[in-house]
Amino acid sequence: MENEVKVKKGFSFTRAHLCFPYAIFLVFFVILPLILIVYYAFTSKSGRISFENFIWFFSSWASIKTLLISIGLSLLTTFICLLIAYPVAFILARMKSNKNVILLFLFIMPMWINFVLRAMAMKELLDLFGIITKYNYLSTVIGMVYDYLPFMVLPLFTTLSNLDKSYEEAASDLGANKVKVFTKITFPLSLAGVFSGITMVFLPCMTCYVISDTFGSGKVTIIGKFIEQWFGTGDNWHYGSVIAFILIVIMFISTLFTGGFSEDKNSRGTTL
Amino acid sequence: MKKAFSVFIITVALIFIYAPIILLLIFSFTSSRTMGVWSGFSFELYQNLVSKEQIRKIIIDTLILALLSATVSTVLGTVGAIGIFYNKKWLGKFTKTSSQIPVINAEIVTAISLALVFAVVSLGKSYVALLIGHIVLLTPFVVLSVLPRLKQMDGSTYEASLDLGATPTQALFKVVLPQIFPGIVSGFLLAITLSLDDYMITTYLRPTGFETISTYVFKALSKPRNSFLPEMRALSSVLFVIMVVVAVVLSFKKTKEKNR
Repeated sequence: MENEVKVKKGFSFTRAHLCFPYAIFLVFFVILPLILIVYYAFTSKSGRISFENFIWFFSSWASIKTLLISIGLSLLTTFICLLIAYPVAFILARMKSNKNVILLFLFIMPMWINFVLRAMAMKELLDLFGIITKYNYLSTVIGMVYDYLPFMVLPLFTTLSNLDKSYEEAASDLGANKVKVFTKITFPLSLAGVFSGITMVFLPCMTCYVISDTFGSGKVTIIGKFIEQWFGTGDNWHYGSVIAFILIVIMFISTLFTGGFSEDKNSRGTTL
Repeated sequence: MKKAFSVFIITVALIFIYAPIILLLIFSFTSSRTMGVWSGFSFELYQNLVSKEQIRKIIIDTLILALLSATVSTVLGTVGAIGIFYNKKWLGKFTKTSSQIPVINAEIVTAISLALVFAVVSLGKSYVALLIGHIVLLTPFVVLSVLPRLKQMDGSTYEASLDLGATPTQALFKVVLPQIFPGIVSGFLLAITLSLDDYMITTYLRPTGFETISTYVFKALSKPRNSFLPEMRALSSVLFVIMVVVAVVLSFKKTKEKNR
């Protein structure tokens, strides 16, 4: 009895302690795995610390080419997504009636259908026109835009519809024309949504080889495929880890640029 | 003029998004195994979804994995979110920050990093590894949908219940939980769709021979011969219709709430 009272005095359970289970889980299954990647990236097959994996990656034209192609494809896809999604989100955000809820829904819904099935749908359509086998890169970009477009629409819509319209009104009252209002007020104010959309599209594009494999007829290799090759048939975890490490660095850089992932604009659609 | 332009943009974008899906929908009602070839109206592909043992197993396995991982993630994520919200010290910040890593990290990096860990503890490719992998991926999204609800919550109700004699545990279950419940539900639903959607984590952690819809369709796309790819048209159509129904029900409920 005495003992029990003592324990209670020394350690009283509060709501703050509810952090523990998830924190421990994260240490074991998020932090530790990343440390392991770093370990494999900086060691040789014999277990010594070395930079040979990095030297291997950056001295081979094949790997640099793959990295450049991945970045190029992702940039292009992200740009096209933005080009389509921005006007769409803008129009939806400015609609007065309740119609925009249904329309927004139509744009977001594909997000919740299995993305491989969606890729299959687009592939079958392109196959009918014979685009797939003739134009590998074109069909890959179409496939990527098709799969990632909803992820660009949602954050843009959220930002644009929450935008304080009084700034625009003030600008036009002060004599700015429509183009100027957009370039000087609306677009800068919506940058948070633009960045959020870019984070949702850019990195998955570079790494998710499901789409490039499906649409590229095996002729388009992106960096994700490269990792897969070294972990699978290549059987060199050190090489695979170096590529993963480079991707982690790219992730951190893009997080710095885009200011991280804000929880207020949950881009996977829970806000609906 | 301006309105016509808006209508044009929206229409073109919607056609781009829905043309492939509608094409699948149409050609799911024929027995032809070649896309674009119509060989008469038939429910054969739909019947095969149920009658062919192999397809049935894939669908059921995918669903069980999604339900299991989403349930665990929802519990872990809800408890975690409450902990993050009330823990103002470094541990709360640490949990919140590291919880975002699987969200922004490339999925393949998450997958192979976990594969490395499981290889070290020789769990290798197993169902446990697969399940943990999915939980790693889903839980942050549950946290992300519960946290805003906690922030919106009126903190004084918790204090009031304590003043009125509730124990902290009672207050948590009877006061906090009901207020964040909508966030928990949407987190759970999101977790299910994310698990159903996943390809990368599943590929690197699944036990040999285990297939989900994603892994199966991807495999069938590269080797279409003798695959159940045509049946997948029927499956997509079913999923699509389910999505539409859920959507309509949810939005109906929301407008009802708003009108109240």
